Amino acid sequence: MPTVTFTANIQRHVPCPNSVVPGRTVREALDAVFAGNPRARGYVLDDQGSLRKHMAIYLDAEIILDRVRLSDPVTDTSTIHVFQALSGG
Amino acid sequence: MSDTLFVSTRKGLFTIARGASGWAILNVDFQGDNVSLTLSDRRDGRHYAALDHGHFGVKVHRSTASGWEEIATPAYPPKPEGYEENDMWGRPLDWSTARIWALEAGGVDEPGVLWCGTMPGGLFRSSDHGQSWEMRRSLWDHPKRRQWMGGGADLPGLHSICVDPRDPRRVWIAVSTGGIWFTEDAGATWAQRGEGMRADHVPPELTHDPIAQDVHCLVQCPAAPARMWVQHHNGIFVSSDEGKTFTELTGVRPSVFGFPVAVHPRSPDTAWFVPGIKDEKRIPVDGRLVVTRTRDGGRSFDVLGKGLPSTHAYDVVYRHALAIDSTGDRLAFGSTTGNLWVTEDQGDSWNCVSNTLPPIHAVRFTG
Repeated sequence: MPTVTFTANIQRHVPCPNSVVPGRTVREALDAVFAGNPRARGYVLDDQGSLRKHMAIYLDAEIILDRVRLSDPVTDTSTIHVFQALSGG
Repeated sequence: MSDTLFVSTRKGLFTIARGASGWAILNVDFQGDNVSLTLSDRRDGRHYAALDHGHFGVKVHRSTASGWEEIATPAYPPKPEGYEENDMWGRPLDWSTARIWALEAGGVDEPGVLWCGTMPGGLFRSSDHGQSWEMRRSLWDHPKRRQWMGGGADLPGLHSICVDPRDPRRVWIAVSTGGIWFTEDAGATWAQRGEGMRADHVPPELTHDPIAQDVHCLVQCPAAPARMWVQHHNGIFVSSDEGKTFTELTGVRPSVFGFPVAVHPRSPDTAWFVPGIKDEKRIPVDGRLVVTRTRDGGRSFDVLGKGLPSTHAYDVVYRHALAIDSTGDRLAFGSTTGNLWVTEDQGDSWNCVSNTLPPIHAVRFTG
């Protein structure tokens, strides 16, 4: 199952420990995380469920292509890194 | 009379209290975080704070016996599949709370009811002290809502909410830009208000169109709700018929441009403004920071500068950064330069509380 990690900066607002969750896409993996940590969802995704403008998600070393549907496929060995984008200042 | 102020700043929420030696900073909450606005609910003593965490979005916190707790953030409904809506630059408009720009309590007989205005223009109502929020779709889905535009910000913003003290189902809201809107059924239906306002930043055909008006701030006299005051991008306007029609006040020195307005809670003819140079040069006229006050419904104005910098002042006072307490004697305002002043004599003289605060978004008396 893929691993999901979160930026250290989010932790003071809402604890987001590393998680190993089921999922075949970034969306499915994040949904699995947020099912157990619903408050974290609004820190990462906007009202429409898209990645927030100044957040970034890397799938292993590659930034994801689909920020709207989060449809990038993941594997059991994937690590999904949830970061802040520097564009947010 | 209130002895406490909440000052919302780019770097935290400052509690300012009046002690034996005057007004001073008592406490800082959310230190380092961007606090855009607060509400102190006089009905039950609860406080609410709106934060903008940038990367992590907008959040709302509510006071508890021991501090603050995060509560629900007003959220826009799912955008219908295939629905397309662009902003004034032709880019897709995000249906997502970009900023909380108005927070007001409902009526005295509506415990727990709150109203919240946002960018890009959504109006929300809570009936459970902010545990949950419901968007007023009747306003968001109004066909004319799509004519709203960004004013000073890129997105349209709903910044003023006036709840009628006689009947809380009657609510006025103001949008920059989008004019004034009124409901008499708690938001089920809406009608445009604001005839008589004038916008000089649009073509002549639209100059007097109520939806084209860039209202910077709308306030209502609690004791005489028919009286409403507007600080507009284009000047100062006053209404004596609940916002149906407005009269422009011209010739007010040093300037009719500004963002905030405050009205006396019992004297509808008394109002305060903080003027500046219009448009590209948003600084005090001649570098002298003043407050203007009328006590006769706008026929004349006092220019109040005692205790305020008279030269090289570059302070801009945002629309939520001028506050008045329940007595009408105490006012406070804070600026983008991080300066905070308080008066206890309706503005005749001002005392500086701090020159070193972060940029100030909003000032509100508590209690």
